[in-house]
Amino acid sequence: MIAATVPDVLVFVTAALLIVVGALGVLAVRNPVHAALSLIMTLFGVAIAFVAQSADFLAAVQVIVYAGAIVVLFLFVIMFLGVDRREHVEVEPLVGQRAFAGIGVVITVAGIVALMAKSHWVTGAVAVSGGGAPIVPGSANVREVGTAVFTTYLFAFEATAALLIIAVVGAVLLARRERRRDEMDEATASAAPETEGSDR
Amino acid sequence: MTTFATVDPLFNHGVTWAVLLIVIIKAVVGFAALMGSVTLMIWFERKAISDMQSRIGPQRWGPFGLLQTLADGIKLFFKEDLMPAEADRFVFKLAPYLALVPALITFSIIPIGGTVTVAGHVIDLQVANPPIGILVMLAMSGISVYGVILAGWSSGSKYPLMSSVRASAQMISYEAALGMTIVTVVLATGSLSTHDIVTAQAHGIWHWNVIRLGVVPFIVFVMAITAELNRPPFDVVEAESELVGGFHTEYSSLRFALFFLAEFMNVITMSAMIVTLFLGGPAGWVPNIPHLRWVFPILWFLAKTTGFAFVYVWFRGALPRFRYDQLMDLGWKRLIPLSLGWMLIVAGFLVNRSWGFLMAALVLIAYIVLTRAFELGDGRRGDVLPTVGERPLPGAVLRAWTDRDSREEEE
Repeated sequence: MIAATVPDVLVFVTAALLIVVGALGVLAVRNPVHAALSLIMTLFGVAIAFVAQSADFLAAVQVIVYAGAIVVLFLFVIMFLGVDRREHVEVEPLVGQRAFAGIGVVITVAGIVALMAKSHWVTGAVAVSGGGAPIVPGSANVREVGTAVFTTYLFAFEATAALLIIAVVGAVLLARRERRRDEMDEATASAAPETEGSDR
Repeated sequence: MTTFATVDPLFNHGVTWAVLLIVIIKAVVGFAALMGSVTLMIWFERKAISDMQSRIGPQRWGPFGLLQTLADGIKLFFKEDLMPAEADRFVFKLAPYLALVPALITFSIIPIGGTVTVAGHVIDLQVANPPIGILVMLAMSGISVYGVILAGWSSGSKYPLMSSVRASAQMISYEAALGMTIVTVVLATGSLSTHDIVTAQAHGIWHWNVIRLGVVPFIVFVMAITAELNRPPFDVVEAESELVGGFHTEYSSLRFALFFLAEFMNVITMSAMIVTLFLGGPAGWVPNIPHLRWVFPILWFLAKTTGFAFVYVWFRGALPRFRYDQLMDLGWKRLIPLSLGWMLIVAGFLVNRSWGFLMAALVLIAYIVLTRAFELGDGRRGDVLPTVGERPLPGAVLRAWTDRDSREEEE
């Protein structure tokens, strides 16, 4: 366990405030674009926490991938579909989800409390994996992360890649339907006069 | 200097007042230099474009019109600050800063010279040398997208909104190609730090990445970075003929000036980034003059960067704007496969020669398959049904938004 110094505590408190305020903002704010902005704040807080744990590479990737690409896609969808600013969700889309959410919260909080009991509240667990060996700082830990991903966790890495590919193919399949021969004839017959009319 | 920055990110130990002072001075000098070069860049762009278009350009204020930018800045400062009634007030005010701050931060990782020794401290002529180095640039270019997107959205006006939808799609698409070419450079260098990237290229022109990696990553990088900056010929985001002024249509006064400043700052920063990654940064011939050896790398860096700044102006003067679908086509179907394939080939050659040729052969086969697939896809355009369900067109959405007031009045 590493003793925490004053800067450690300051950085931790800043990061934690960003994360918690951002996360609450995502829930509390009505406007979807504001919610996306709150999410960015949370992601930045997590990035700061990563830097404080000497995981510089993860921090950079966090900002590049999550803040720089994924939330931009959220915003793209929000703007493209024009989600109404004053939308109220009255109907519960998934019946019975609240009970599951409650169980999830209990498990997560219990896990955090258990982690806090075992390690320092600011510096966290000295090493989550790797048998307690401390992370070597410098050179942005790229080598360590790369070695771990491509040797120890190769299966998980490849499985994630396959999952993402399957998701993309599935999305394309759902969005682009092959046209059957009879449907095609119908469509061309009905579409032809329409386009002519619209031209004039 | 660099060692404690890598080992001790929270500055817990080993920071004396001298070190702190050096960091502050570097930041202030870097900021001032960037601001000064931005005013020069705006003047340079206007003059060069005028020459290309047989005009005179700014000439009234200062010698050769050099103070024109200053005059414009003062004018913008005193103009009325307007905000559209439909605007989202908080985001509207936030957006210009999201454009400006990333441009400033990116410049801090660029090495502009070698080292200077002052009173026993060896100082890198570089504002910051973080261990993640070049990833800072990728992260910041990701953040600067928000400046454009949020400015367009928060204006509550239809053309800026179209502009920000375009911007989000464009910048995401080109970031992939950009990242892939940077990976190629990082693979060859073996380090993420910009300082190491420059040092690896210091031993003559044959070690510069533009030659060492083959010219392809360099070309892809220049194209992708131009698209990332929304500079001509990829400036569909602010296409005047289609979108009035694009995302900053509704901005005025100081906030407009901030967008303008960010754009030109980005041009300088990205020219410097091209020089750093591919042209050896401050590397060049240094004559053996005592006490003045440290000046020449800076001069080399400035000369190279100015050259690329001119190339950007040249692009703007010479090339017609891409259409939006052509832009997407170029990004996804050409630049991304090209940069990905080249990265694999470079990685293969880094292992050994036979792996390199194997990779080259595999990439060639992949390209042939891909070309065939594109041909097939183009030929079957008519066979695919339109998307299932009703597609909400942006036109209809925008009409609903902008006509809301008039409808409410009618009711």
